[in-house]
Amino acid sequence: MSVFDGLKFRKVISPIHNLDPRMKFIYVIAIFVAAIVFFQIIPLLFLFVMQIPFVLLARVQKQWLRSLRGAAFLAVVIFSVNIATTFFTKGYTLPPEDIERAVSMTLRFVVLVESFSVFFLTTSPDHLGLALENSRVPYEFAFAFTTAVRFVPVLAEEAQTIMDAQKARGLELEKGGLLKRIRNYIPVLIPLIVSAIRRSLELAEAMESRAWGATKKRSNLYALKLHRGDYGLLAIIVGILAVTVYIYFFVPIPTIVSLL
Amino acid sequence: MIEAENVHYSYPSKVEALKGVSITIKDGEFVAIMGQNGAGKSTFVKHFNGLLKPTVGSVKIDGVETTKSSVAALARNVGFVFQNPDHQLFSETVEEEIAFALKNFGLEPEIIEKRIDWALNLLSLTQYRKTSPFLLSGGERKRVALASVLAWDPKTLILDEPTIGQDHEQKEKLRQFIMQLQTQKKTVVIVTHDVEFVAECNPRVVLMKEGKIVADGEGKEILTDPATLELSSIVLPQIAQVFAKLSDLGLPKDIIDIYEAKAILLKEAWRRGK
Repeated sequence: MSVFDGLKFRKVISPIHNLDPRMKFIYVIAIFVAAIVFFQIIPLLFLFVMQIPFVLLARVQKQWLRSLRGAAFLAVVIFSVNIATTFFTKGYTLPPEDIERAVSMTLRFVVLVESFSVFFLTTSPDHLGLALENSRVPYEFAFAFTTAVRFVPVLAEEAQTIMDAQKARGLELEKGGLLKRIRNYIPVLIPLIVSAIRRSLELAEAMESRAWGATKKRSNLYALKLHRGDYGLLAIIVGILAVTVYIYFFVPIPTIVSLL
Repeated sequence: MIEAENVHYSYPSKVEALKGVSITIKDGEFVAIMGQNGAGKSTFVKHFNGLLKPTVGSVKIDGVETTKSSVAALARNVGFVFQNPDHQLFSETVEEEIAFALKNFGLEPEIIEKRIDWALNLLSLTQYRKTSPFLLSGGERKRVALASVLAWDPKTLILDEPTIGQDHEQKEKLRQFIMQLQTQKKTVVIVTHDVEFVAECNPRVVLMKEGKIVADGEGKEILTDPATLELSSIVLPQIAQVFAKLSDLGLPKDIIDIYEAKAILLKEAWRRGK
């Protein structure tokens, strides 16, 4: 569950948490674009380091590290696949440039995980729903999305209880070969799915009895408004994009190998 | 025999749920563990079949440390019925649901067949043998969950909130059933809020508060002591409340049994009538 923990929102009061979710999302997109545009180590490393002040400012370093640890497995897979493909397509040799390329591909993935993690760690599901609504996503979809996000920890807890209940009936999850191990999870998955469906039906009834969808136009308790910090972030976003475009077209980026 | 010594337990989230709990439960005892939500009752009993291992201290089941044994091995002797039956039912039929644990413990098919018959009969579920557990009512599902644990005939039975969502008739059946287990010298531990149910059963009562045991003794003593009960925000059973209000008549206060109450009140009425 460590990957989920790395994305789970916790209420902290910090300048990053107070930022407008829409602006934060655009920031994530900007990092995303920059990370896709560059495939050299130096700019990617720069993008990676650039986000650390945000993490520290938001005081979520512990959870953030956990999300990176959760992503480590996929990062290793990406690295190995890159190495393996060059190794087999280039006639069983490994030129240093290609190793560097594999490293930068992995780093690109880490940068993406990093920025999404910061976004989800510092944005409450409610703010996220509001942002979606304000971006003209139909309310039904925004609601479904925020509810899904909110129920992840509930389901994780329920899965733990179910595992305990089945272990108390002699189920050994770690026993047997790969196929047997997968089958061991059936007694956990079925109650989990059944109870999730039951829970969603109950939720639907509870919402309808509170007049969900009674009017076309809903009002909100909180309205999103841009503050000074948000304009600051906007400036940073514009900066990132401008620098990205400038470097991409006018500055040749050296590779580490060529510098050595 | 269950021996817990100075058990501390902290969840991975660093919440300390148990802060030094010690208890000895002898074979054949009937114990009710009571206390507020979050007092650590469920956390504590999950140590009895090794689902949780103490952070500090030790739990021994029949002399064996739970840290040195797997949950599956401990479960053979300690049956644990969870609060919500929907957290464990998954099979296509009630029969298969009951067979699940027996297969896990590696029993022979003929023995499994016999045990299923026995458990179904015991909890009056025989008519539902081939029914899907998901089609049964809440009370019936709870009985299937109970049957699926009783079927392997564990020496000790732990019931987490067995009376929640049960009507009075089912509660009475459950009480008689626990009494029946007692005659077979089984150890029964229940975790509950249901003070009336505990008063009717009159077991040994253990009160917990904020991860500690605050009282441990006979049900009759603890359930009639308002000061002790208040520690755990539990109200007196109704009969005890009546006798507490009648204390200036010089009647005894430690009454939780309805027949005893009736006898005392009739005697008093008769004495006054004369």
